[in-house]
Amino acid sequence: MAGLTSLRNDTSLWRGGRKPRLRAGRGTILVVSAAYFAVPLIASVVYTVDDPVKGFTLSAYTEILSADGFLSALLLSLELATATIAVMLLLLVPAAIAVRLGGPRLRAVVEVVCSLPLVVPAIALAAGLTTVLKWGPEYLARTPFYQTIVALQNPNFPIVLTLAYVVMALPLAYRALDAGLRTLDVATLMEAAQNNGAGLIRAVTSVILPNLRAALLNATFLTLALVLGEFTVASILGFQPFAVWIVNGSNGAQGSVTIAVSVLSLLLTWGLLLMLSTGGGRRPTHEPRPTSGPHNEKEGTT
Amino acid sequence: MSTSAATTAPPAAATAQETSATVEFRQVRRAFGAAVALDGLDLAVRPGELLALLGPSGCGKTTALRMLAGFETPDFGDVMVDGEDVTAVPAHRRDAGMVFQSYSLFPHLSAADNVAFGLRMRKIGVAERRARAAELLELVGLPQHGDRYPHQLSGGQQQRIALARALALRPRVLLLDEPLSALDAKVRLTLREEIRRLQRELAITTLFVTHDQEEALSMADRVAVMHAGRLEQCAEPAELYAHPATAFVAEFVGTMNRIPGRTGDDGSVVEVLGRRLPVDGPQAAPHREVEVLVRPEAVELLADEEGKARVTGTMFLGALTRITVRLADGTVVKADMTTHAAATFPAGAAVTVGLPDHPVLIDERRA
Ligand SMILES: Nc1ncnc2c1ncn2[C@@H]1O[C@H](COP(=O)(O)OP(=O)(O)O)[C@@H](O)[C@H]1O
Ligand SMILES: [Mg+2]
Repeated sequence: MAGLTSLRNDTSLWRGGRKPRLRAGRGTILVVSAAYFAVPLIASVVYTVDDPVKGFTLSAYTEILSADGFLSALLLSLELATATIAVMLLLLVPAAIAVRLGGPRLRAVVEVVCSLPLVVPAIALAAGLTTVLKWGPEYLARTPFYQTIVALQNPNFPIVLTLAYVVMALPLAYRALDAGLRTLDVATLMEAAQNNGAGLIRAVTSVILPNLRAALLNATFLTLALVLGEFTVASILGFQPFAVWIVNGSNGAQGSVTIAVSVLSLLLTWGLLLMLSTGGGRRPTHEPRPTSGPHNEKEGTT
Repeated sequence: MSTSAATTAPPAAATAQETSATVEFRQVRRAFGAAVALDGLDLAVRPGELLALLGPSGCGKTTALRMLAGFETPDFGDVMVDGEDVTAVPAHRRDAGMVFQSYSLFPHLSAADNVAFGLRMRKIGVAERRARAAELLELVGLPQHGDRYPHQLSGGQQQRIALARALALRPRVLLLDEPLSALDAKVRLTLREEIRRLQRELAITTLFVTHDQEEALSMADRVAVMHAGRLEQCAEPAELYAHPATAFVAEFVGTMNRIPGRTGDDGSVVEVLGRRLPVDGPQAAPHREVEVLVRPEAVELLADEEGKARVTGTMFLGALTRITVRLADGTVVKADMTTHAAATFPAGAAVTVGLPDHPVLIDERRA
């Protein structure tokens, strides 16, 4: 909201002189890029709701709900996304903060490690995992690790996919987090917090994390989007989360249902992102309002 | 205790002072790899006093302060507060409020919440927290700014809030690490006075780190001059200026002329500018080429057609004017005099340079 208002104020300042041309330029860019995104989307939607015989119908969408495996595939994807985000943040946040406090040399190492997955194609990762998962049971058959290998591949919740996704999302999440940390003087803020009676953990939770909210949210976004759309690894390892189901599971259905699924998955992803951003995305700059009441009272009394 | 501080302090300070803490560094040593930050620092801070730690960049001032705050541990030696060794106490239980050189307010909290942060950590109730924050904001002169976020405050305001935050837990020691160095000159001057006023009002034992000698001399009860991780001299500002214990202090505090001279038959006198003057402080061996240290205000100039020295420039400093003179041997000497008197020494004028009959400091000859 505040973002929109300030934008409007900005444009009002631009009125006059040669500014209209500039605004027209902006408008053109907006229209072109909107068309680029919207046209295929609208075409898809129209295709799914327009039956050559019956005219307008929502049957393609109602059919999805009853389609075989739809719900379980969707749930699996959401579970995987949640687990991946949790593992990712638990690993990455302490590491990123520790590296900020611990010295620049370590930071370079972590940066390289976190960028490595970028140069490993998903297909290679999947191939490697397949090899390990095949090799494992043979050698570990008589050890307690056998159960581990089995649990890793539990089709109801394939932990191995979570592990793979953590690796794949690492570069994105690290970059998002690092960008947030870059804007903070972590060492000084930590010391200031400790100087004010906060222990190490509390200093992190009550000073560093709140200031990283936008960055944490970004990392979460990127990871969520990646997991919901990931096909290669899941498919090769033979699991059936949402993206794989769209391609394989809905094969039997008619064309319009397949497209309807894609549209739905798009809307779903957007919906989740929107929920996340409205749920936790308020910046401190927008917050003075709620606290201003009590402080004003106080001024009155002193 | 400096007498000037005692006479101008408000009456409340006298009683509070008895509860103020003492601080002592004993033989504190700290090295970072090859870099020795503190090399056996010995320093005692009296209760309720404002002690300035003065020294060039890299001499270990910040390290000393951080040791007191609990962010550094000595390799050797003790750091004592009220006679108790605090080296084992973790930073968050140190009871020392610190203001950092860089802006250190928590960006996600309003000014009032920043000030109240420590109280929140101590689980103090909301009502009391608010009251105390308001009181502290009032104390630092920003009662209207409680709702502002750090990015809505100027540098000077941020440091005031940081000061309020540092005082919120009623620490026994206040630590200021060049809190004014990022501010522009005018703000720096007003904040200087304000910190001093506050410190006197609260009678809180304070260590003030600075590399600015003027700041140190104008604010502190006593000034501790540090050099390469050691204490060179700790004295009241006037004493430091008039009787520097070492050549380093003499040159670091105020301006100093170095005039070539030669020690006499014993090391206790020195011949300089054709006179024999007693040597003050450390002496040199007899018949050695040395340099004599003289303040510009002690140098006397005499307009003299026969004089071998020449005026090479004048610098207007307000009531005073600093005249630069080149001696026959090429040595450059600075002399301060009232601007009125300086009018008789235009550039190029021939002069004789004289010195008063006081004992002088000497140092080894350089270059
Ligand atoms: N954390 C550190 N790691 C390595 N060297 C340090 C560290 N802190 C201080 N030093 C070194 O110790 C010396 C004193 O530093 P410091 O106490 O910051 O000086 P000052 O505050 O007087 O400028 C410097 O040479 C500095 O490079
Ligand atoms: Mg420093």
